[in-house]
Amino acid sequence: MVTAVSSSKLRSGVFDWLVQRVTAVILLAYFIFMAFVVLRGVSYGEWAALYEQLWMKVFTSLAALSLAAHAWIGMWGVFTDYLTERLLGPRGNTMRSVMQWVTSLSLLVYVLWSVKIIWG
Amino acid sequence: MGNDNRPVNLDIGTIKLPITAYASISHRISGVALVVSSFLLLWALDASLSSQESFSNLAGILAHPVVKLITWAISIGLIYHSLAGVKHLIMDMGYGETMRGGVIGARIVFSLTALGAVLAGVMLW
Repeated sequence: MVTAVSSSKLRSGVFDWLVQRVTAVILLAYFIFMAFVVLRGVSYGEWAALYEQLWMKVFTSLAALSLAAHAWIGMWGVFTDYLTERLLGPRGNTMRSVMQWVTSLSLLVYVLWSVKIIWG
Repeated sequence: MGNDNRPVNLDIGTIKLPITAYASISHRISGVALVVSSFLLLWALDASLSSQESFSNLAGILAHPVVKLITWAISIGLIYHSLAGVKHLIMDMGYGETMRGGVIGARIVFSLTALGAVLAGVMLW
């Protein structure tokens, strides 16, 4: 059975709800901006110069952090709905726990990797 | 209600689902797929910024027919997930929260995704 009502003992459903929406808006802005840049067509020089700009580094960092938070909350929602004792028996709890750890570690790697790309 | 002898069917595979249910499950499936895809996109960003040589190399990879299909699939996922997300935000503001509104919203999101998929395809090929 799913014992945690929220995705974190430190947080509330309302907080998750808000984070999911704020991060969604940041990600949508980044997606639309990227679509414009890529569809216009860029040379390596223009592309590299864009990512040298401080505002672009900040924007990309915000997008990467937003993606990690948005993905974590989204995956939590999926895992707590399908990897459950009701659907899978007691191993549902084990599977959910394992998948949440795998997700957390993967997203940590994602954030560290993006920091290295943007600021390294 | 009140008739406790009615048969109960909870086998979701045999229930005809409304379009809103397909919109919801598609939002979830595209979301999970995008989490996985985001690692590919980050790899591509890394390759694109490493050097001129690595940038040209990546351009060559992206021109491959199979890779184009993957790029198209990720684009469709991004378009659908974004539109379904915007629909969520509109509903959060109190618009289209009725069953009728939900059906109309889902139809608009699916139609715009189909249009976006065609446009993305045209740009890729």
